[in-house]
Amino acid sequence: MVNHTPFIVGAYIVALLGFGGLVIASLVARRRIKRELSARGLSGERVRR
Amino acid sequence: MASLHVLANPARFRRFSQRVLPALSVVTALALAVGLWLALIESPPDYQQGETVRIMFIHVPSAWLSMMGYGLLAALGASLLVWRHPLAALMARGAAPVGAVFAAVCLLTGSLWGRPMWGTYWVWDARLTSMLLLFFLYLGHIALSRAYDDSERGDRAAAILALVGVINLPVIKFSVDWWNTLHQPASVMKLGGPSIDPSILTPLLVMAVALLLLFIVLVMLRTETEIDRRRLEAAEMAL
Repeated sequence: MVNHTPFIVGAYIVALLGFGGLVIASLVARRRIKRELSARGLSGERVRR
Repeated sequence: MASLHVLANPARFRRFSQRVLPALSVVTALALAVGLWLALIESPPDYQQGETVRIMFIHVPSAWLSMMGYGLLAALGASLLVWRHPLAALMARGAAPVGAVFAAVCLLTGSLWGRPMWGTYWVWDARLTSMLLLFFLYLGHIALSRAYDDSERGDRAAAILALVGVINLPVIKFSVDWWNTLHQPASVMKLGGPSIDPSILTPLLVMAVALLLLFIVLVMLRTETEIDRRRLEAAEMAL
């Protein structure tokens, strides 16, 4: 009989790393772009394509 | 529908997102906490799968949301190619990595469920293979949208891929009906209603709502970033 616990724990670790990593990466990217914008004095609302 | 067109303006979307995101993030965190409590503590073991059913509470919503995310990419692709909505390309750039992560989590957690239940991590069955193809389509979308110096050309190429790849969604959904697969047929989204006991269905649906909220929060956050990145590029080109 296979012990199922490592597979359950492994699945939740995968989800934590995947979703948690994505949240952190998204927040870091947001912060970096905000910093670059304010460094160039572009804090206005106008968006150009 | 009219309000969606109003939000298609990037600056307006950015203001809307900045107003909504903080509260939505708090609601998402609360929904995840409730969902995890139900999934890991409150729900009973399944009569066949035992404790391994707890993997389903992440695996199944991840599968649904990765498919929904690709549907969103296709809709944004059509919106970009047909109506040239300025927000569509930026939101697609923000959404593709989110969908890719949900697809990867679905594949990996499914694999971890398969080993104790089926005796193998992977089989080349129609459901698993079409899901792997969805993950590759996401990677292709991300790569194509960043492949050109002119970002608008990249956006258009990625939009075409999104529209072509959308044919994979019904293949994933109906693969278990069209072919003999090791993967079990649908037990929630099917004619006649779900065939799952409420003690398992409730945590599954709560986790699905919590992960849907997480998906929305991430797409909004990343779209805001893409809008500002485009502003930065425009400013650098103007110099």
